[in-house]
Amino acid sequence: MAVIYIDNVPYEVKAGKNLLEACLSLGFDLPYFCWHPAMGSVGACRQCAVKLFKDDQDTKGRLVMSCMESVRDNLYCSIEDTTAKAFRSQVIEWLMTNHPHDCAVCDEGGSCHLQDMTVMTGHAYRRFNYKKRTYNNQYLGPLINHEMNRCIQCYRCVRFYKDYAGGKDLDVFAAHNNVYFGRATDGVLENEFSGNLAEVCPTGVFTDKTLKEHYTRKWDLTMAPSICQHCSLGCNIIAGERYGELRQITNRYNGDVNGYFICDRGRFGYEYVNSLNRIQHPLIRSHVPEAVNRETLFDHLKPLLSGKVIGVGSPRASLESNFALRQLVGENQFFSGVPETTAEMMEIILSVFNTGDVRIPSMKETEEADVVLILGEDLNNSAPRLALSVRQAVRNNPVEVANTINIPAWHDAALRELVQSEKGDCFIAYPVITKLDELASGTYYISPDEIARLGYAIANFLDPQASAVPDLQGNMQGHAVLIGNSLQKAKNPLIVTGVSLQNPSIIKAAAAIAAALGEGDRKAMLAVVVPDCNSMGLAMMNAPSILNSTALSTIGSPDTLIILENDLFSISQEAQISEILDRSTNIIVLDHLHNPTSARADIVIPVGTFSEADGTLVNNEGRAQAYFQVYMPKNENLRESWRWLSDLKNLRDGTTDANNVTPHDLIRQLADKMPQFTGADQAMPTADLRIKDQKIPREPHRYSGRTAMNANLDVSEPKPPSDPDTPLSFTMEGYKGLQPAPLNSFFWSPGWNSNQSVHKYQMEVGGALYGGNPGVRLFNHINPGDRSYMNGIPPRFKPDKENWEMLPLPHLFGSEALSSLSKGIAELSPQPYVAINSMDAESLNVDEGSILQVIIEGVQYELPVKIKPELPARTAGLPYNLQELTGIKWPAHGQLVKG
Amino acid sequence: MARKLLLEHINVPGIHTFDVYRKQGGYRSVEKALKSMSPDDVVEEVKKSGLRGRGGAGFPTGMKWSFLAKPEGKARYLVCNADESEPGTFKDRYLMTYIPHALIEGMIVSSFALGAKTSYIYVRGEMMPQIRILEKAIDEAKNAGFLGKNILGSGYDLELYVQPGGGAYICGEETALIESLEGKRGNPRIKPPFPAISGVWGCPTVVNNVESIAAVVPIINDGGDEYAKVGIGRSTGTKLISASGNLNKPGVYEIELGLPVEEFIYSDEYCGGIANGKRLKAVVAGGSSVPILPANLVLKTVSGESRLMSYESLAEGGFQSGSMMGSGGFIAFDEDQCIVRNTWNFSRFYHHESCGQCSPCREGTGWMEKVLHRLEYGHGKMSDIDLLVDVSKKIEGNTICPLGDAAAWPVASAIRHFRDEFEWHVSNPKEAMERNYGIGNYADPLPANEVPVAN
Amino acid sequence: MLRVTETEHVDFSSELLSKFGEIVKRYPEGKHKAALLPILHLVQAEYGWLSPASMERVAGYLDLKPIEVYEVATFYTMFFLRPQGKYVLEVCRTGPCCLVGAEKIMEHLENKLGVKEGEVTADGQFSWRGVECLAACGMGPVLQIGPEYTFHENLTSESVDQLLVDLKNKDLSI
Repeated sequence: MAVIYIDNVPYEVKAGKNLLEACLSLGFDLPYFCWHPAMGSVGACRQCAVKLFKDDQDTKGRLVMSCMESVRDNLYCSIEDTTAKAFRSQVIEWLMTNHPHDCAVCDEGGSCHLQDMTVMTGHAYRRFNYKKRTYNNQYLGPLINHEMNRCIQCYRCVRFYKDYAGGKDLDVFAAHNNVYFGRATDGVLENEFSGNLAEVCPTGVFTDKTLKEHYTRKWDLTMAPSICQHCSLGCNIIAGERYGELRQITNRYNGDVNGYFICDRGRFGYEYVNSLNRIQHPLIRSHVPEAVNRETLFDHLKPLLSGKVIGVGSPRASLESNFALRQLVGENQFFSGVPETTAEMMEIILSVFNTGDVRIPSMKETEEADVVLILGEDLNNSAPRLALSVRQAVRNNPVEVANTINIPAWHDAALRELVQSEKGDCFIAYPVITKLDELASGTYYISPDEIARLGYAIANFLDPQASAVPDLQGNMQGHAVLIGNSLQKAKNPLIVTGVSLQNPSIIKAAAAIAAALGEGDRKAMLAVVVPDCNSMGLAMMNAPSILNSTALSTIGSPDTLIILENDLFSISQEAQISEILDRSTNIIVLDHLHNPTSARADIVIPVGTFSEADGTLVNNEGRAQAYFQVYMPKNENLRESWRWLSDLKNLRDGTTDANNVTPHDLIRQLADKMPQFTGADQAMPTADLRIKDQKIPREPHRYSGRTAMNANLDVSEPKPPSDPDTPLSFTMEGYKGLQPAPLNSFFWSPGWNSNQSVHKYQMEVGGALYGGNPGVRLFNHINPGDRSYMNGIPPRFKPDKENWEMLPLPHLFGSEALSSLSKGIAELSPQPYVAINSMDAESLNVDEGSILQVIIEGVQYELPVKIKPELPARTAGLPYNLQELTGIKWPAHGQLVKG
Repeated sequence: MARKLLLEHINVPGIHTFDVYRKQGGYRSVEKALKSMSPDDVVEEVKKSGLRGRGGAGFPTGMKWSFLAKPEGKARYLVCNADESEPGTFKDRYLMTYIPHALIEGMIVSSFALGAKTSYIYVRGEMMPQIRILEKAIDEAKNAGFLGKNILGSGYDLELYVQPGGGAYICGEETALIESLEGKRGNPRIKPPFPAISGVWGCPTVVNNVESIAAVVPIINDGGDEYAKVGIGRSTGTKLISASGNLNKPGVYEIELGLPVEEFIYSDEYCGGIANGKRLKAVVAGGSSVPILPANLVLKTVSGESRLMSYESLAEGGFQSGSMMGSGGFIAFDEDQCIVRNTWNFSRFYHHESCGQCSPCREGTGWMEKVLHRLEYGHGKMSDIDLLVDVSKKIEGNTICPLGDAAAWPVASAIRHFRDEFEWHVSNPKEAMERNYGIGNYADPLPANEVPVAN
Repeated sequence: MLRVTETEHVDFSSELLSKFGEIVKRYPEGKHKAALLPILHLVQAEYGWLSPASMERVAGYLDLKPIEVYEVATFYTMFFLRPQGKYVLEVCRTGPCCLVGAEKIMEHLENKLGVKEGEVTADGQFSWRGVECLAACGMGPVLQIGPEYTFHENLTSESVDQLLVDLKNKDLSI
């Protein structure tokens, strides 16, 4: 700690930070542009100037940039100094010389950091009366809009995109006040994190293009804290609505999980909520007309629920909904709607997490790894935000040397220069090239079984107690030794693996490595990528897969099958799913979109998406996190699945709930029933939580139009909807102060209208939110005793001339069904293809683009060839879960025939 | 004749070739240093000499060298800054063109002192002829065993390369030069860390001006103490002065520091007076970035003493009535020159050369250029003059690199000393378009108080 | 902004490539990006300007992304990103040269060549532009002519006329 004097008042601050961070952490309003808490300082914008004095006797002082000044004991500075204030105001005036006066028509207006800083410095009158410089804008794809004239050249965009996220197609061109930030030519931004440009840019150069389609100012959005639904990482987001339409997703800071950034799938994948394909009414297929009201539905359902009822849970439905289904059908009739192999892998993961032989890192913790080994995951496509964290780990590792010559950790430009292109060790074993390969010190393009074998060989090298790999080739042994040595030297090694390749052995091998690296209480980090946003939560309920053959035998022929938010036809072969569905007399589907499964249902019940429902999800690290309903849909049929299911239970039992069932109640009951969920109820606050007797508003206090927005329907202002389920209110009324972190509907602070206001919610800049970061980790067991290893070393991979090994290759855009319904994401999704290596292409006598017949279990696909030279022989990559390629039972083998 | 240390043999025919240069005693310092001195000895001599950086900042070279970090396992680099681009300065071009071996010799001795195994001469890209000359000279020196492996059997290896710039004034700033040498945009870095700690490719690096490095040769040959005897006070040694503008004999002169300015301008040994029999109006004494001074203040200080060509004397009076030695670019203006036009010209230069990294310089230089253009072309307002003062004051000292200061000083000093001429441009716009203000009433030494500044 | 419109194919001669090879050797291993400026100079000398295709080839040679080359090439004033005349006459337009008549020289050039600053004469032979200080202030006015960057000092209208005649008649020797 250090004592610094700001305008002659002493403050105790953390040493090692820069003065700007210290001032902001203390609550001072000090303007800045180029500094970013995640990206450090470069001292370019000169906006954060303060007066620095030599000592308490010095009255003259000098202007310094607070972002470039290390905090140290007895530092005397002044924020209020007139010269400093005049200079900060002058910087704004400089920036304004070329900034257009188009706030009224600018998407950033109202949440613009530049506006905030302009007001903060007091600059109001411009003495510059010449022509402003203008630029041509670029087309950057369907997701991001470009308006260069607004640029104030803070360089944050390139620092984020190029340096932080590893993008290769955005840069700065030209010099002096003509510098240009953009691509070399028009075209789609290639990086997975391009959407963050809209948040990183302090003004309206880069903005969310999907928001433009239904534009709303930040102050006019109804917003709620939410959790991304599009992969297993559980990034925290803020979802905003107006006029019954979900309009924008922005990052919600969580220091342990996503920090300041989310990926483009998460940011832009929300549009399915507004889809025309939404199920709007309860449907009874045998009824004319099909669409019925609630009464008719319940009348129809009542007899169906009393027979043998089987429930199929969903990895993309909340704990509450899955639990409500389990409560309805009973423990033994509750199955998980995931593929068999996935279920097997989830079981392995759970047992590893429960051994306590590994440390399950948060994403923040993965950034602190010094050596990284990735086994069988293409993170940029399967768990993109984790790829960004791994990138920081690899990039930051050599920074340690900087300490030796007194370069502070926030001095980004100097650090990058000092470490040059040096990187921490990172090894990647995956069948094809991944984007992280450019950072890797070793890459191994091998088949899934070989990846597992390599992993086991490393584990065996680290600890001979782990089984030796039979029939190991010399070069593989060499790789294992190389990687093993590096891991052994590491202080904080990280193993990353996951389910993407549908190979359980890979996970076992990765777990063995992590376990072998652990010593006593010090365990190595093992991060595991799982398929869906609540795969972990569902798996923890220990329900067998509905596709499991022993499970199937217990099902027999049920009277009713209830399928919760799950398109079963997308997870396995049509014949297999049909066989299950055919067993049941009645099929009830609860879902929000029409899909092949709902098409087969006898009864369809419309449910709310994440934006119309509250719920709790468990992410890949076992962190339970709550998401909250954003708005009350006009359509009263769009209710939470758990509410429907609770109603059905009452309907069947002839009971009524004394009180409204809240998500917190459900989670508490869940934790009571299943101790593995102990603590999860802390993630979902009780509905009666009040702060100073008030609810927490979902709308900013400047929310406009509520007396008029429905005037076309009714001139009298409707009664605002109330929320009996959570502590949030649907209006602007409520407690305006600092909310508990999990209930931050939006980040706003007086004078800070943009997302930069987040530091007002943090205990220290870049640190945890007040009251701790949201979420409760459910796996905390560390085993100080003997470690255990799981067997299952696969035999050597032998290329098979007839039976090709099919490899599911995930794609950021396209592999996740719901996000693929967004227009922009659909546009950027790949066309179906089959990838093979050059030699195999030659032997099949095909070229890039030739059509191959791919036959998997009798189902035939005609696919154009994509040559990926690095692919192992006789393996064929298929883009995972593209709409045209769903319904494959993974892992899969098949035949390739020239068409 | 004054003492010449760098250009002593400049008139010897063929001095640009190795053989002639060697015959005139060239490369003696390499022999002396490598055979009889340790690297630290060389640094010590340079410290003793009191040599100050000849590129503009005037920082003691020996001290700069002694700051060089020597971490184990890391290469160290010496980079010669031959990115001479400061308007008014052309001494380095002259030296490299006519006596390139002086630089090569200095590079070898300096590299030895610093323990550099590879050194670079970063020459501005426009000087392609000089690049060719240097490359030829390097080849000659290498053939003679003064470069390459095991130089003169001393066990010391050195490779010397010439690196062309791409045309950017900012690359004369040492950290921008380093960026440019690495093949990047020439954006200056924030100091600290200084290049002596983390320079080229993150390695400890010294960047020295051409003339500074050439001056190491006489320092080693004659000893630092001997060198320090030349000159005056802390301005030791000789300095190359680039004389340009309205002079009878513009060109590069080696002067002993301490020479009276008046003698430099008017004596036949140097510039030979003002061209075409005109009167001297003003002088920019150290390259375009230093404050402009009216004739009376450049010849005599406010206290009435004769002004000398030395770091201290030129700076005497501070911003009020002094200027700076800078890089020794001496620009003389005769009575027919327009100060407003020249100030506009300089500010256009600085705007054009701003790298675009930090806000004050990127936006401020362009703004000043626009205001000055308007004043020069008869559309200015009286308030524009104070606006210029205000903007320039806010740029000064508040940028990442000294380009901000360099852009601010010419404007601020021109208004400081020639405000009447600026006001005349506003009050008599038509006349100002037709004729120049002339010598005006600048001639009286001004009382040393600040022109009121509107905030 | 760079307008990458050219699609022409560029193949560097083996002579040029061997020069690149020499340059790359000047830097420590892995630091070959430092060769970018010298190589761009060579390419510009060969082709008269830096076409996007040629920059892309340079990027390939140095194992850089093309955008890294554009980023650098657009920063420096010496690199032409559009086709120029065979001879580009670059007149110093900065203070000291203006004190001794540089502006008149530019005016004269404009009249004589009949094209504005930055434009190319109809025969493709000449273009001209004012450039910032060429560090020859004592010999002003001055101009330089790429790609050899031959230097012409103490210019007068007459000497400029003579220079143009000389250039038209024969290629300048170095």
